Amino acid sequence: MKIVLNGAPQEVRAQTLSELLEECGFSGRVATAVNEEFVPSSLRIGQALNDGDRVEVLSPMQGG
Amino acid sequence: MKTLYGTELPNPLMLGTAQYPSPAILEQAFRESGAGVATVSLRRESGAGETFWRMIRDLGVLVLPNTAGCHTVKEAVNTALMAREVFNTKWIKLELIGHTDSLQPDVFQLVEAARILTEDGFEVFPYTTDDLIVGERLLTAGCEVLMPWGAPIGSGRGLNNEYALRAMRAEFPDIPLVIDAGIGLPSHAARAMELGYDAVLLNTAVARAGDPAAMARAMKLAIEAGQLACQADPIEARDMAEPSTPVIGKAFLS
Repeated sequence: MKIVLNGAPQEVRAQTLSELLEECGFSGRVATAVNEEFVPSSLRIGQALNDGDRVEVLSPMQGG
Repeated sequence: MKTLYGTELPNPLMLGTAQYPSPAILEQAFRESGAGVATVSLRRESGAGETFWRMIRDLGVLVLPNTAGCHTVKEAVNTALMAREVFNTKWIKLELIGHTDSLQPDVFQLVEAARILTEDGFEVFPYTTDDLIVGERLLTAGCEVLMPWGAPIGSGRGLNNEYALRAMRAEFPDIPLVIDAGIGLPSHAARAMELGYDAVLLNTAVARAGDPAAMARAMKLAIEAGQLACQADPIEARDMAEPSTPVIGKAFLS
C-alpha cells in the first residue's frame, strides 16, 4: 500500500505500524503518530495501516 | 532555590542543546555551565536520534523536552505525548507559537494546552509572555512554574520589559519563575537573577558565541553573581550623590 512516511510518499508491504517500523529500519528510540494522532509504542502492534495513512516517526533532537 | 515540581536544581541555569558547532563543544559547554537541565526536542527520525540521545543521557542532567514550532493545541499536545514516551519524563516545556517573526507565544492556546496536559499528568513549563493575567490563568490551569520571555527567542536582546518582569515577580512571589528566551549576554542573565527570578533558560547566547564553553562559564558566574546580589538586599538607586566618605572631621585646608 501507499502511505506518507515523515512527509514522503512511500510504497510499503507492512500492514501494521510495528511492521512498518521494522520494514523501514527504525530500531532506535522513536515516537509514532498516525494521521496526526499519537500512537503509544504498546499499541503499535495493533495499529493497522490503511492506504493513504500519514505516519510520523520522531526521535530525539537538539532543542532550545 | 524554589523547587521545580519538587525537583531542586543544582544551579539555576537551564541550557539548550541546539546550534552548537559540534557535539564535543556542546559537552564542554554543559560542563562549564554546570547546568542541571538540558532542553531537547523531537523531530522526524533521520538516523541521528539515537546518537544524540546517548550523548544527552551521558551529560547526566535532567531533560526538558519542548514543543518548539507547534502552532496549535492539538500539535503541541501530540508532541508532548510523544516526548513523554521517548524521554520518559513528565516534564514538558510547552511552546505554542503565535507569530512567525517574533515567535511570540499564542497565550490563548497555551493556557488551553497547559490545562489538557496537566490533567493528563504532565508537569508543564509554559513558555509565556510577561502578562500577569496569562500567568494567573496558567497557574489556574495547573502549572506550578512560569517561564516568561525576556525577549524573542534567539534575539539576544536581554530583558525587553524589565518593569513587567519585576511586576510578575512581585505578583507571584511563591511561584518559580524562569526567564526563558532573549538572553544574549551574561549581564542579562545576572539582571534576571537580581530581579529575583529563580532560573534562566538560554541556548543561542552560548551555542552561537565564538567560544561556547567560555560563554557557558560566563553565564554560570553571572547567574551566581545575580543570585547572590538578590539575596544580599541591594541598595536603591538614587538621583543625587551621597558621599560615602564621612564628612565629619574633614580638615579645613582651603
